[in-house]
Amino acid sequence: MKMKNNIKYLAILVVGLVACEPEFDNPIDETDVYTSGDADFSNFVALGNSLTAGFADNALYITGQENSYPNILSQQFALAGGGDFTQPLMADNVGGFAGQNATFPPRLVLAFDAEGNPSPQLFTGRQSTTDITAKLDGSFNNMGIPGARVYHLGFPGYGTLNPYFGRFSSETNATVIGDAAAQNPTFFSLWIGNNDILGYATSGGTGMDHNETGNIDPATYAGNDITNNNVFGSVYSELVTALTANGAEGVLLNLPDVTSIPFFTTVPYNPIPLDAQTALGTNIAYAAYNGGIQQALQALGQTGLFTAQEAAARTINFTEGQNAVVILDENLTDLGAINPAFAMLPKLRQATADDLLVLTSSAVIGTLANPSDPSSVIGVGVPLEDQWVLTPDEQEVIENARTFYNTTIESLATANGLAFFDIASVLRQAANEGIPFNGGVIRSTFATGGGFSLDGVHPTPRAHALVANGIINVIERTYGANLPSVDPGDFDTITLSDEVN
Amino acid sequence: MKKLLLLVLFVTVTLVTYAGGYRVSVQGQRAMAMGHTGVAVVNSAELVFFNPAGLVYLENKLNVSVGASGIFSDVIFQNSDLGISSETDSSVGTPLNLYGSYKVNDWMAIGLGVYTPYGSEVVWPTDWAGSHLVNNIELAAIYIQPVVSFKLSDYFSIGGGPIFVTGSVNFNRNANRTLTDIDGNRSNITVDDSGVTNWGWSIGAMFNPTENFRLGFNYRSEIILEAEGGEAVFSNFPNSSSSAIPSNGTTTFDAELPLPAELTVGLSYQFHEKWLFAFDYNRQFWDVYESLDIQFGNGSTSLNPRNYKNSSVYRFGLQYEATSKISLRAGYYIDESPVQSGFFAPETPRNDSQGFSGGLSFAITPKLAIDASFFYLRFEEIDESYDFASDGSSFGGTYKTSAFAPGLGLTYKL
Repeated sequence: MKMKNNIKYLAILVVGLVACEPEFDNPIDETDVYTSGDADFSNFVALGNSLTAGFADNALYITGQENSYPNILSQQFALAGGGDFTQPLMADNVGGFAGQNATFPPRLVLAFDAEGNPSPQLFTGRQSTTDITAKLDGSFNNMGIPGARVYHLGFPGYGTLNPYFGRFSSETNATVIGDAAAQNPTFFSLWIGNNDILGYATSGGTGMDHNETGNIDPATYAGNDITNNNVFGSVYSELVTALTANGAEGVLLNLPDVTSIPFFTTVPYNPIPLDAQTALGTNIAYAAYNGGIQQALQALGQTGLFTAQEAAARTINFTEGQNAVVILDENLTDLGAINPAFAMLPKLRQATADDLLVLTSSAVIGTLANPSDPSSVIGVGVPLEDQWVLTPDEQEVIENARTFYNTTIESLATANGLAFFDIASVLRQAANEGIPFNGGVIRSTFATGGGFSLDGVHPTPRAHALVANGIINVIERTYGANLPSVDPGDFDTITLSDEVN
Repeated sequence: MKKLLLLVLFVTVTLVTYAGGYRVSVQGQRAMAMGHTGVAVVNSAELVFFNPAGLVYLENKLNVSVGASGIFSDVIFQNSDLGISSETDSSVGTPLNLYGSYKVNDWMAIGLGVYTPYGSEVVWPTDWAGSHLVNNIELAAIYIQPVVSFKLSDYFSIGGGPIFVTGSVNFNRNANRTLTDIDGNRSNITVDDSGVTNWGWSIGAMFNPTENFRLGFNYRSEIILEAEGGEAVFSNFPNSSSSAIPSNGTTTFDAELPLPAELTVGLSYQFHEKWLFAFDYNRQFWDVYESLDIQFGNGSTSLNPRNYKNSSVYRFGLQYEATSKISLRAGYYIDESPVQSGFFAPETPRNDSQGFSGGLSFAITPKLAIDASFFYLRFEEIDESYDFASDGSSFGGTYKTSAFAPGLGLTYKL
C-alpha cells in the first residue's frame, strides 16, 4: 500500500517535471511554418561556374564551398522538404592543387606588413593538399565548375580539360549537364555565362569578340574571347531543356555587369603622383611624340582620317599632382598605315576616367620596364599595355554581349515558368549606394566593402548570403513557397593572415 | 492524511521562485515554499537572510536551518524569419543555504548565514546564432554573513551585520559574428576568475503591533564584485598583426559586476491558529548595472551596455499547520524583470515571470524537521532583442524560459 502511494507521488512528480519544459506556441521545427509551394526541394542541384562552386580569394577551399550560395540555400530548403546537399569539397582551406600551384595557386589572404599596411598575398602557411588526380566518389549536388563557360557545360570530356570537373565527373567523356540531369533533380539553379565575357574583360580586352568575328564554333574559342550571342542563346536553351526534362522547377540567374566589380574599379586611371620637376622632365621626353601628333594632325586633319579630338587625346601632358597613366590603345588610328611618315607614332594616349585599369595592373604600374633605365617607369615613360586596361570600346562590346545574354536568360525563365533572379541589379546597388543589412552595408569596394573576396572578382560569403536571399525571394514569388532568409551579417568577408612569404 | 499530502503535492507541482537578472531567490526552504516571503515571518534561522531583526523573537535558544535546491532551467530561442532555433543545455544550479542563530539572552541573538543569492548558468550550443553575445556563462556569488539581533521591546527589534562575498565567473563568447581563423574556427574569448571578494552589509527591523501581526523591513547593500587580473584566453583569432586583431593566448582582464541592493518590506498575519499569511515586497536596485565592460590585458576592450532598471517583486505566502508534525506551505509571486526592451541579452534571458511555490515541513522529532520546497517559474514567450552589439547589429527572436526547483532542508532547534 505504501509502495503504491510512493509510485503515485513519483508519477505526479514526473508529470510536473515534463510540464516544466518550455515550448513555443508556434515552434518553427514542428509546424508547417516553411513550405516549398509548387516547388520540390527534395533533390536540389546547382549548376554554374566558380560563383556557384564557392570559389573565392582566387582559389577553391572548404570554407568558401561551405558558404557558397547553393549550400546556404540548401540549409534553408531543408526546413521545407529539402534533402541532403553534397559538395565536392576540396581537401583543405588552402586552395589550389598539390604540386600545381603555378596553375592553381593557393588562396589570397589579407596580410599586414611590418608598417601595418594591408595587402592581398598568397597564403603560404600550409601546402595545398588537394590531389588534382584524385577522383571523388559519387555525384554532387553542387555542380559549380570554376572556369566554366556556358558551352563547357555540354562539352563531352570537359573533365579532362578542367580538373574541377575532372575530380568528380562520372566518366571521361561526361558532360556537366549530363551528370546533373542524371541526378534527377527536383529543383535546380543555373548561373552560367559570366566567364563568357569575364575572360575578355579581365584580360583587358586582348581576346576576340566573336560577335564581331561571327565565329560560332566554341571549340575554337580562347579563354579571353567573348562567346558569340547565338552560341550563348542556343546552348543556354539546351541546358534549360535538359534540366526541365523531368519536370523539375528551378531558378535562373542573370549576369552582373563585370565592369562594376572591384577588379576593374580599384586602380584609378590617374595613379601617378609627380612633382613639378619630374612632370616637366617627362613632358620634355614626350615633346617629340607630341610634336609628331601635331604634324600628323596638320597633314591629316583635313582628310577626316585623324581628328583634332583624337590628336588632343593622344597628346601626353604630365602636371604636378596625380597623373593619368600612358596606355597603348589598339583602337586609336594607325597613323603609320595612313602615311608611313608617321609610323614612329605609337597608339599612345593618357587614360581617362572612362578607362578601367585591372586590379593586377597595380603590380606593374610604377615599376621599371628596364631595371637599369630609370626613365622606363611603366605608365609614365613606358606605356601600359592593352592587357592592363579595359577601354570604353572594349567595355562596350562586353556590355552588348551581356545585354543579349541577359535577355536570353530572362526570356527562357519566362518561357519555362522558372524563377528568375536579377542578380545584376543587386550588384549594381552594391556598387552604387550599397546594400544595408543588420549591422552594416555591403559595398563593392575592394577588400573593405564586404562584398568581394581578395581576388576582386568572386563574392565573399556575405555576398553569397545576399545571393541566397535574393533567390529565396524569387522562389517565394514564383512558386508560392515560404522560406526563411539568412542574415548576411552572420557571414564572413575576407580572411586575415600573416602566414605569407 | 494521505489525501491531504496528495493534494499538497498537486498544488506544489502546479505552482513555485527565482527573480530577475541573475538574482536567484532561493534562500530558504521554508520561505521558498511560501513564495520566498519571510521579512516578517518568525519561523526559523532563515531570518538571518530575510530579516536578522526577527532572530531575537525565535523561541528556541539554538536554531539551525540548512537546505539546498536543484534549479533546473531551460531557455529556448527561435527566429522564424531566419529559421533558426536553439536551446540551452539544461543547467542545474544548486543554491545552498546554511543558517544558525543563538539566543545569547532575552534581548540579543547572534547568527551566521552562508547563502548564494546571485548566480547564473546558461549554456548555449557553441557557435549558435547568438554566440557573439554568449556561448556560455557561469556566475556564482557566496555570501557569508554574521548578524546580531536586538530586541528593543516586545514590539520592536533591529538586526543586521556585515556581508563577505566571494564570487566567481566563467564566460565564453565569440569575438563577433564572423571572425575566424584560416580554417573557419570562430575566434572566441573566455574570461575566468574566482575568489573575487568584497564586503557589504544588511540591516533589518521588525515591528509587532499585535501578537498575530508583524511588519518587517530589510535592506541589503549593493556589492560590486571587481575582478582584477582575471584570466582571459583568446582562441582561434587569425594569425595577423593587424591592430584590430588580438593575439591568441592568455592575458588578463578587469571587469566589474554589480550585485544590486535589495529592499524588502512585508508583513505576516496569523489569522487563525493554524494559518499564517505573509506578504513581501522586494525592490531590487538593478539600475547600477549599466554596462558590462571588460578591459583586457592585451589592450582589447569589450563594452556591453545593459541599462537594467530597478525592479519589483510581489510575494504572497501561506502556511497551514496541518498537524503538530506537518506544516504545509504555498506561495505565489510576480517577478518583474530588470531587463529593458532592446537590451535582452541571451546571457540572462529574463522577462517578467510568475512564481508558484509549495512545500512542507515534517517534524521527525520535536527538535528536527525536514523541509521540502518546490517552485516553478512561469514565463510567457517573448519577442525580444539585444540591439547594442559592438558591430551595431541586433540579435533577437522569440525566447521562452522555464525554471523549476525542488529543494530539501533540515531545521534543528534546541
